[in-house]
Amino acid sequence: MTDQPLLELDKLSTHFVTARGTRVVKAVDEVSLTLRAGETLGVVGESGSGKTTLALSIMRLLPTAARIVGGGLRFAGEDLLAKSPSEMRHIRGKRIAMILQDPMASLNPLFTVGDQVAEPVRVHEHTGRRGARERARSLLKAVKIPAPEQRLREYPHQMSGGMRQRIVGAIAMSCEPRVLIADEPTTSLDVTIQAQYLKLLRDLQKEHGLALIFITHNLGIVARMCDSVAVMYAGRVIEAGPVRTIFNAPVHPYTQALIESIPRLGGGPSRLTAIDGQPPDLASLPPGCSFQPRCPRAFDRCREEAPGAITITPGHDARCWLAVK
Amino acid sequence: MTLLEAHDLTKHFPLRRGLFSKALGAVRAVDGVSFTIEPGRTLGVVGESGCGKSTTAKLVLKLEEPTGGEIRFDGQSLQSLDADGIRRYRKSVQAVFQDPYASLSPRMRVGSIIAEPLVTNEKLAKGEAKKRVAHLLERVGLPERAADLFPHEFSGGQRQRIAIARALALSPRLVVLDEPVSALDVSIRAQILNLLVDLQRDLGLAYLFIAHDLAAVAHMSHAIAVMYLGKIVEYGPAKTVAADPKHPYTQALFAAALPAHPDEKRDEIILTGEVPSPINPPAGCHFHPRCPHVMPRCSTEVPPLGVALGREVACHLYGGAP
Repeated sequence: MTDQPLLELDKLSTHFVTARGTRVVKAVDEVSLTLRAGETLGVVGESGSGKTTLALSIMRLLPTAARIVGGGLRFAGEDLLAKSPSEMRHIRGKRIAMILQDPMASLNPLFTVGDQVAEPVRVHEHTGRRGARERARSLLKAVKIPAPEQRLREYPHQMSGGMRQRIVGAIAMSCEPRVLIADEPTTSLDVTIQAQYLKLLRDLQKEHGLALIFITHNLGIVARMCDSVAVMYAGRVIEAGPVRTIFNAPVHPYTQALIESIPRLGGGPSRLTAIDGQPPDLASLPPGCSFQPRCPRAFDRCREEAPGAITITPGHDARCWLAVK
Repeated sequence: MTLLEAHDLTKHFPLRRGLFSKALGAVRAVDGVSFTIEPGRTLGVVGESGCGKSTTAKLVLKLEEPTGGEIRFDGQSLQSLDADGIRRYRKSVQAVFQDPYASLSPRMRVGSIIAEPLVTNEKLAKGEAKKRVAHLLERVGLPERAADLFPHEFSGGQRQRIAIARALALSPRLVVLDEPVSALDVSIRAQILNLLVDLQRDLGLAYLFIAHDLAAVAHMSHAIAVMYLGKIVEYGPAKTVAADPKHPYTQALFAAALPAHPDEKRDEIILTGEVPSPINPPAGCHFHPRCPHVMPRCSTEVPPLGVALGREVACHLYGGAP
């Protein structure tokens, strides 16, 4: 492991613009993150906070209405924003892979599992049919699917949700990527199957020195899996740092409230800390800090001026005026 | 006095191939389940998909008729009720479902949605109903003008408040909550859970709380029942079961629950395999193929639900010799 970051986002901004250019939605707004080999980064946020758009920006898989309007995106020392679409195709699936939430939607129901697991190997590494088949079998074994030889000939609908998500994992791992982005990979799985899957991802990471980005709304997954965490709200990273620091000494009132709103096992009926109001509409953000209308500690400055990233301790930043007050 | 008592409740769905052929077998969705709900208390039911928790809720709501066993409400068996008694029962037991986008009619104004049970059941005059709706909206933390709007004008959390207001309209004594916060954003979940706790305290409601989020169930419930393949495997006071689970399945389930803090240490129990099909469950204890403590007798004898260590548990580890 070197000190050189594997993936580096520098004030990356992705905006959605309507056809006539009248409305601009800043889905990702000046997001800076770094990720090193073997590290796990959690990106937490609610629906509409921009976490999925962030993942799609890194993959350069944005819908046509969205555009990366500024900032830098570097992977292993290369500028990803300067790559042509065909150059990106050689990186996507080979060096940066992604797992999506719904395994049924990411598998093709008309092809056998064997064909789908073998496809990236055949496309990226030009391996022959037989060699790719062999690879697919060892990949299914690596994601702990029993009777892989038989499963290769089956179709996705013949498998359970947990098994399908393992197949998607096998496809993502097929070309031994350096970075794996997992977007809510366990949301559709049952609790004990979720635990199996998280352990599998951790084992694969250890084995291959993979860098993982976990996109989730669940702070519990962050607590279990991640080394560092970035909390997103209305398109911005409002606090980022090492997991323990964020859980022990959160600075931003939104992070604090999120952590306190999780019910704990063995709590018994009592009141939880709730955040009043609801997440803002990204097309009409409030003036100043976007969390200010819901913030219990907002003061005049918050309503006038949006805070920039303020360093609390090296590696721990927060966008909140309370940090300088 | 106990509000609701389920005794040996069973629901089998026959499996048929074709229209006229005989039944090939049955899905034992709920298989001999007994529990009680006290007035003003919450029973939490946890388990993974296919364990029968939603079928149990439907049986309590009388949306499904049981194959066997009985439900007693206020000491009276539901089977013995006449049409009038069943109407009264349906008023006393209301439900809030998971998806507030699907459970509210998009073509009705919120006022009419909440007033509908009042109009059909109590034949209230318009002015009176309007007053009740305003009171109910205030109760769930929505402004009075919400009555004139349509459901699509509200966010998920607000819609769930509307669904709760409708459930409260007939002053029920038991509310079945089937995954009431699973579809909501994290920052909104705590709002709704707090509202439910407040309503229980102020109105003396009893809840049947069904969820797969163990921490939420442990937080809300007075008693917890853990289900696996149609059977209750552990049942007892929420604190006892959550703090010190005894059935190997409950232990694995709680170990798999995500921590609230990175320093929260949990034993790592990773179950192998998946939940078997309820059409053809394993012989003996249904859990034995995945159980880390499996013994020879587990594959032949079904363990009964017996009292051990302050709760009921169905496991040979805690039973004496038969």
